[in-house]
Amino acid sequence: MMADYLPTFFLLLMALSVLIYAVLDGYDLGVGILLPMNNVEHRHQMIASIGPFWDANETWLVLAVGILLIAFPQAHNIVLRELYLPAAIMLIGLILRGVAFDFRAKAVTQYQPLWDKVFRLGSLIAALSQGFMLGMYVVGFEYSFITICFSLLTAFGAAAAYVYIGGAWLVLKTEGELQKFAAKKARRAGWLMGLSFIAISTVNPWLNPEVAERWFTMPGALVVLLIPVMCGLIWLLVDQYLKYVPVQKDRACWVPFVGGIAIFSFCLIGFAYSYYPYVIPGQLTAEEAASATKSLQFVFYGVVIVLPVILAYTVLSYRIFKGKTNELNYY
Amino acid sequence: MLEAANETTLILSRIQFALNISFHILFPTITIAMAWLLFFFKIRHHISGHPVWMRAYRFWVKIFALTFALGVVSGITMSFQFGTNWPGFMEKVGNIAGPLLGYEVLTAFFMEATFLGAMLFGIKRLPPWLHTLSTFLVAIGTSLSAFWILALNSWMHTPQGFEMIDGVAHATDWWEIIFNPSFPYRFFHMLIASGLTACFLVMGVSAYRIIKGDEKKAPQVTLRAAAFLAAVLIPVQIFVGDLHGLNTLKHQPQKVAAMEGVWETQKGVPLLLFALPDEDERTNHFEVGIPNIASLILTHDLDGEIKGLNEFQGKHPPVAPVFWGFRIMVGLGVIMLFVSWMTSWQLLRHQRVSPIMLKVIVATTFSGWVATLAGWYVTEIGRQPYLVTGVLTTEQAATNIAASNVGISLALYAIVYVVLLIAYIHTLFYMARKSVKVEEFVTPSESWRESDNNNVEDSSGQTKSEEVKVL
Repeated sequence: MMADYLPTFFLLLMALSVLIYAVLDGYDLGVGILLPMNNVEHRHQMIASIGPFWDANETWLVLAVGILLIAFPQAHNIVLRELYLPAAIMLIGLILRGVAFDFRAKAVTQYQPLWDKVFRLGSLIAALSQGFMLGMYVVGFEYSFITICFSLLTAFGAAAAYVYIGGAWLVLKTEGELQKFAAKKARRAGWLMGLSFIAISTVNPWLNPEVAERWFTMPGALVVLLIPVMCGLIWLLVDQYLKYVPVQKDRACWVPFVGGIAIFSFCLIGFAYSYYPYVIPGQLTAEEAASATKSLQFVFYGVVIVLPVILAYTVLSYRIFKGKTNELNYY
Repeated sequence: MLEAANETTLILSRIQFALNISFHILFPTITIAMAWLLFFFKIRHHISGHPVWMRAYRFWVKIFALTFALGVVSGITMSFQFGTNWPGFMEKVGNIAGPLLGYEVLTAFFMEATFLGAMLFGIKRLPPWLHTLSTFLVAIGTSLSAFWILALNSWMHTPQGFEMIDGVAHATDWWEIIFNPSFPYRFFHMLIASGLTACFLVMGVSAYRIIKGDEKKAPQVTLRAAAFLAAVLIPVQIFVGDLHGLNTLKHQPQKVAAMEGVWETQKGVPLLLFALPDEDERTNHFEVGIPNIASLILTHDLDGEIKGLNEFQGKHPPVAPVFWGFRIMVGLGVIMLFVSWMTSWQLLRHQRVSPIMLKVIVATTFSGWVATLAGWYVTEIGRQPYLVTGVLTTEQAATNIAASNVGISLALYAIVYVVLLIAYIHTLFYMARKSVKVEEFVTPSESWRESDNNNVEDSSGQTKSEEVKVL
């Protein structure tokens, strides 16, 4: 009985992990890309704002890939075979970003700007390659001129989206000059993100007729077309807020970040609507790719028990470090 | 599809996996035990109230953070390797391996990562007991992660609790899968190896600080704690290692035959101190051995029979690396025994370590790394030609992507890892030298309620106000 729902359960769980990863490590990577090489003060504060979180944030990627591996091993094999080099490059990016965190604070002081550059480069490489992989995934891993151009577009879009949420995070966590700087960058990234999302949404139905059919068939279309409308409205609200940063008394400094989360969530819902129940678009459904029921059951119980605990202490950690980052913060 | 994997791709994939996992294991080997050492420092501080324990904590937590970061990033790479290079592994035994890896992520990775944030950055925001609790949870997390990954690794050596349906492994009993025959031995052998590796690192860096003229109390205290712990762990490790060897003899006799360099099944086997195993002629050259001792160790009988490699022709591992890996591991174990006991004896007898001994300790800083790697090579190469004993060979599991792709990724990883390893060791000793020059600093618990603006130096020589930015 339950067995019938397990593949869907894990597909949704994977989507949730990807969403949480995109938001959480998205802001880490966005902050990394934004590091200004001409302002060491700002760099310190920006990195301090993500210091307590980045490691746990990155773990959501491990969970997402883990679920792909546990629940849909066949799909895992296909995805990682087809995306072999982009995945390797993304990993190099994540390695560089992760180690720069610690080396910048501990290595010989004169190397610090170098490690900051490594930090920024690593973040950029990771963001771009994730976007590129997403594009390739959507087009079914066909390497041709058009699909590579499309994937470069998604790569650019992902990087812009990460900078957007990274800037929004900084508006929430910092104040003064840095907050103004972050708002300006977030706003600009928001425009780039919006434009590339529009481009992606225009090209994608044309590349994937199946998706077009889902989106433009009545009566479903009436409901799902709310998604871009909602995204647009939230985007506009955030854009207007960012324009007026610093706001008096820093009122509602959470608006851009929460708005960013909402936009990311709507995009994911749209994505899910386009491809459900496929785990690899057009090739493999969740059911077809699912591993043995016994194995899924065994993990299912673990997820049901452990995931709420993980979410609880994640919330706890954000409560411990709530407020602006420029307070004393060290070990 | 899998049979199509060509020779070059297979070799490159194997080198890449070996490189990745060898680089990765260096860091967890330190952090698994060092998390517990840090917890110990904090507990000592709570009990005694002496600031030196907090100073010890504050120096070592920085090294812990750096080591942990390297472990995390190389670990993420590992989680992709199965899919990128060994698709046959997941196809054949994914039903077993997947859930074990899943439980590692769910129960260990999130916990250690989240509480690491609280541990590293929360010392001012959390009450001391909650901060110590975070340290404890990080330690639990690192050990849990070792638990799950070693359960999977041990299952690959001694698989049970499954049935094959249409050529794919299906779980029948999870308890049997997790607590497979070699798991308890491998788990404790690895935990103690981690303990020894961390102890020798702490001893080495502390001794280095003392040699460089650090007269503060913290390096003395950490040197002492680590030396005593190592002196206790080493004999335990030899005992557990012996049990592990006996377990291997029972389940993977071909591995033990390679470790001992035994070609023909015989009684009263000598313990070979030196030999050059030759697989073409299936014999050893230049043997130097002690009669009957290998039989005694393995069967607890001077005339005990040990099965030779010739009984497993075509199904035994390459002999030379297993034979030599084993000797390097045991040899280093003997050196570590000598160093930790000599140091402890000097400390008990004279309350100090002689200058010569300090240099010896510095020279053995990374002996745990080498011994751990050598030990892993013995057990993993010793499993060949199988990936999962009797179920799946390494060759069957390999990917069929173009060799050039693997070549590119291998070159990228190799360059990055070499640079990072150099940077890591360099930074370790740089941090030690920097701490030498710093006067005693006030620890956060002492300054818990003080204003944030007093410029008190900490062990890394930064003023507090600077540190805000740096961290």
